[in-house]
Amino acid sequence: MIAAHLPAIQIVAPLLAAALCVLVPWKRVSWGIAMAGAVTAFGAAVGLLSRVLGGEDIRYALGGWAAPWGIEYRVDAVNGLVLLIVAGIGVVVTLFALASVEREVDERRIPLFYGAWMLCLCGLLGIAITGDAFNIFVFLEISSLGTYALIAMGSDRRALVSAFRYLIMGSIGASFIVIGIGLLYVETGTLNLADLAELLPALHGERTILVAFAFLTVGTSLKLALFPLHVWLPDAYAFAPSAVTGLIAATSTKVAVYVLLRFFFTVFGVTYSFGELSLGMWLLPLALVAIFTMSLVAIFQRNIKRMLAYSSVAQIGYIILGISFASVTGLTAATLHLFNHALMKGALFLALGCVMYRVGSVHIDALRGLGRRMPWTMAAFTAGGLSLIGVPLTVGFVSKWYLVLGALEQGMWPVAALVLVTSTLAVVYIWRVVEAVYFGEPSARAGSVSEAPLRLLVPTWALIVANLYFGIDASLTTNVAGQAARALLGGAP
Amino acid sequence: MNPGELALLALVIPAAGAVLVGLLRSSPNLREAASLITGGVLLGVVMQIHRAVAAGEIPRFVLAEPLPGIPLELVVEPLGMIFALVAGSLWIVTTLYAIGYMRGHHEKNQTRFYIFFALAISCTMGVAFAGNLFTLFIFYEALTLSTFPLVTHAGTDAAKRAGRVYLGILLSTSIGFQLLAIIWTYLLTGTIDFEMGGILEGRAGEGVVAVLLALYVFGIGKAAVMPFHRWLPAAMVAPTPVSALLHAVAVVKAGVFSILKITIYVFGIDFLTQLGASVWLMWAAAATIILASLVAFRKDNLKARLAYSTISQLSYVVLGAMLANTMGIIGGGMHIVMHAFGKITLFFCAGAVMVAAHKTEISDMKGLGRTMPVTFAAFFVGTLSIIGLPPAGGTWSKWFLGLGALDAGQVGLVAVLMVSSLLSIGYLMIVPVRAFFSPAAPNPHGHGHANGGIHEAPLPSLIAIVITSLCCFALFVYPDPFFRLISMVAGP
Repeated sequence: MIAAHLPAIQIVAPLLAAALCVLVPWKRVSWGIAMAGAVTAFGAAVGLLSRVLGGEDIRYALGGWAAPWGIEYRVDAVNGLVLLIVAGIGVVVTLFALASVEREVDERRIPLFYGAWMLCLCGLLGIAITGDAFNIFVFLEISSLGTYALIAMGSDRRALVSAFRYLIMGSIGASFIVIGIGLLYVETGTLNLADLAELLPALHGERTILVAFAFLTVGTSLKLALFPLHVWLPDAYAFAPSAVTGLIAATSTKVAVYVLLRFFFTVFGVTYSFGELSLGMWLLPLALVAIFTMSLVAIFQRNIKRMLAYSSVAQIGYIILGISFASVTGLTAATLHLFNHALMKGALFLALGCVMYRVGSVHIDALRGLGRRMPWTMAAFTAGGLSLIGVPLTVGFVSKWYLVLGALEQGMWPVAALVLVTSTLAVVYIWRVVEAVYFGEPSARAGSVSEAPLRLLVPTWALIVANLYFGIDASLTTNVAGQAARALLGGAP
Repeated sequence: MNPGELALLALVIPAAGAVLVGLLRSSPNLREAASLITGGVLLGVVMQIHRAVAAGEIPRFVLAEPLPGIPLELVVEPLGMIFALVAGSLWIVTTLYAIGYMRGHHEKNQTRFYIFFALAISCTMGVAFAGNLFTLFIFYEALTLSTFPLVTHAGTDAAKRAGRVYLGILLSTSIGFQLLAIIWTYLLTGTIDFEMGGILEGRAGEGVVAVLLALYVFGIGKAAVMPFHRWLPAAMVAPTPVSALLHAVAVVKAGVFSILKITIYVFGIDFLTQLGASVWLMWAAAATIILASLVAFRKDNLKARLAYSTISQLSYVVLGAMLANTMGIIGGGMHIVMHAFGKITLFFCAGAVMVAAHKTEISDMKGLGRTMPVTFAAFFVGTLSIIGLPPAGGTWSKWFLGLGALDAGQVGLVAVLMVSSLLSIGYLMIVPVRAFFSPAAPNPHGHGHANGGIHEAPLPSLIAIVITSLCCFALFVYPDPFFRLISMVAGP
C-alpha cells in the first residue's frame, strides 16, 4: 500500500514539513520536523530507485486522475538518480544545518528558515519526479522562491543584493520556460511529457516548435548557470548561509540540468535536438569556454566560497560537455558527474561551513594556518579538493574517465586533452588553499580556534566517505548512469 | 601465505609502519626502532616474493574493481620485482642514514617526516607491483602526493615554491598526457592490462602509436625527460635522505620503470622496432643526457649538481626503453639498479658533508677529504659506478646499453653514451679529487675541523654510506639476480 504511493510521499512529506516548520515557535522542534521530512523523502527516493533498477518504470497518477488530463509522476533511471541525489544531500545538509544555522541566521527567523528550506527541497524533488511540463514550472517556482528567501537570510548584508539579483535572473529564466511550455501546449494541446514526445515528431518542421525549443533551452540554461548565463551564481553562493550554499550547490543546478536532459532527449528527441538543430555544435564551445575561463577566474578569488562557486560553473561545463556528445558514453559521463559533483561540492561547502562556524570568515587569509587548529575539517577540505581535481580513487576521477572516453570516442582528442589540462587548473586553485591552510601563519583570530563540533564534522565526513566509496567502487553509480543514458537516448521514459 | 598475498603485504607493511611511527611519536628512540623494523620486515617479504618470481611464478592479487572491467590489481612480474628489490633494500639503509642525519641536523617535525617517508615507500611498492595501467596511474599519483610533504618539509618560502613546481609539473604531465594516453589505449584495445608482447599490435596505426608513445614518455614526468625536468632540481630543497631515497631511487625510478614497463607490456618491443615509432624519442633522451650533463657542470651546489646528473642518468633508462631491443631493455633494467645504488651513495655523502662540515658548495670542499676520508672514498666509489667504470656495477648497464644502440644501428647513440661518460668524469670525479688533493681553503666561518682531526658524519649515517658503496662493488661481481630477472622480460 505504502509502496504504491511512494511517488506521492516523495513530495508530500517535505511539503507538509514546510508548513509545520513555520507553525511551531521553537527552533529545535522546527529543525526536527524538517529532518523528519528530509529522511522520509530520502526513504521514498531509495525505494523508488531500487524499484526502477529492478527494471520497471514507475507511473503514478496523482489524485487518481489519469494522464494526460491529470498530473502524472514518472520515474525512470534518470530522475530516480536525481531524486536520490537531492534527497540524500537533503538529509546530510539538514543534519549539518542544526548547528550551522543557529550560528549564522537570526534566531527569530529560524522556523521560517526551515519552512523555506523544506519548500526548496520539495520543489527540487517535484521538478525531478513530475511527468508534466507545467508541473515542472510550478515546482521550479516553489524551489526558486524558497531559495531566494534562504539566500537573503545570509548574515552578510550583501546577501540581500545577491538574492535580489538571483530573483531577477531566475524569474527571467522561469518566464522563458513557461513561454516555451505554453507554445508547446498551443501546438499539441498536451502538457504531459510522454504525450508531447509522441506528438512532437510530426511537427518538427514548425517554427513555433523551434521557438519553444529556444525559449526552453535558454530559460533552463539560466537556471543551471550555463556560461554566459551564470552571473547570478557566484554572489548567491558566496553570501548565502553555509548550509544553504551546501544545499543549492549540490542540488539545484543538478535538477536544472535534469530538466535540460529531459527536454532535449525525451521530449524533443535526440534526432531533433542534436540531429536537425545540431545542438552539440552550440553546447560544445560554450561548455569548453565555461570550463576554461571559470577555472581561471576561480584561481584569483580570495573568498573561498566564491572560488568554489566559479568552480561550480566550470564543473557544470563538464556536464554540458558530456551532454553535447549525445552518445551513451557522453551521457553516462554527464549523469555520473551530476551525482559526483553533488558529492564533492557538497563536501567542500560543508567543510567551509565548519570554518565559518569557528572562524566567522572564509577569506583565504582567515584560513591561514588552520591545518593545525582544525585538522579534521581541513583534511575533509583537502580530500574534497582532490576529488574535484579528479585524483584516482575519488569520484572525480570516475567522471573524468568517462568524459575523456566519450570525447575520444567522437574522435575529438583535442577536447579530451583540454578536459585533462583544465583539471590542472583545479589543482592550482585548490592547492592555493591547501598551502595557506597547512603552511600559512595563523592570523590572530585563527590562532585560538578549535576543531568544529561533531554535529558539523559528521555530515561533512559522511560526504567525504561517499566521495571515496563511490570512487573505489563505482559499479553502482556507473550502472545507474549507464542505464539512464540508454533511457535518454532510447526515447520516451 | 601465497605470493599474491605477500605482494599485498608489501604495500601494507610500510603503511602500518607509518601508523606505528605516529603512535610512538613521543619516544624518538622507539619511533626510529619501529622504522628500522618495518624496513627489515619489508625487505624480508620482498625477498620472499622474489623467490617465487625467480622460480617463474607471476603472483596476482585483485584489490577492488572501481570501474567495471578495470580492476585495481597487483601483479608481480620480473621487472617490477627488480624495482621492488631495489626500493625495499635501499629503504632500510636510508632509514639508518636518516636517523643520523635528521638528529645531527636538528630537523623539526621528524615524526611527520618518517610517516610520509613510509607512506611513499608503500606507494612505490604499489607502482612496482601494479598489474595494469590504471593501478600504475593510481600509485604513481599517490606517490606524488605522499612525497609532497617531504619536499616541503622545511616549510620555508623556498620550500613552498619548490613544492609548487614539484606538484605542478608532476600532476599536470600525468593528468594531461599520461591519463589521456591510458584512456586512449583503453579505447583502442578495450583492455588496460599489461601483457607480454604488448596489447597495441594490430590495433593502432603508426601515427597513433608514435603519438601515444610520446604521451607516455612525457606524461611520466617522474622520468624527467627534458623539458619536463624542472621539478627534480626544485625538489632538492628536501632533507637529504629524501633527496637520496626518493629522488635517486623511489620517485625517479618509478618514472623510468613505468616507461620501461609500458614499452614492454603495452607497446611490445617487436611492434615498436617494426614501426620505428620510437626513434625520435631516442634522440630526445640522448639530448637530455647531454644537456643535463652540461648543466651539471655549471652547478656549484653539490645537491643541484647531483640532481642534474640524475636527470641525465634517468634518460639512459628511457633510451634503453626506446631502443626497443633485447640489449636495450636489459641495459635499461640494469641501469635502474646500478644507478640507484651509485646515486644514493653520492647523495648520502652530500648529506654527510652538510651535517658534519656544514658545506653545500663544491668549491668549499677542497681538502675536506682529509677530515672526512670515508665519506669521500665512498663518493669516489659512487662516481665510478655512475661513470660506468669497473669495478663498479654501473659498468654492466652501460655495456648493455651500448650493445643495444649498436643492435639498433644507431652508432650516433654509442657516441652519446661515450661523451656522457666523459662529461660525468668531469663534473663528478672532480669532487673527491679536489677533496683529497687540493689544499684546504681557509675557513672564514670557523666551522669545520680543518686542523687535521677526522670528523665524519654521525655513525648511523656513516654505516649507511659504507653499505651502499660496498653494494656498488658487489653489483659488479654479482649482478646475476637482477640480470636473470631482466632477461625474463627482455626476450631471447
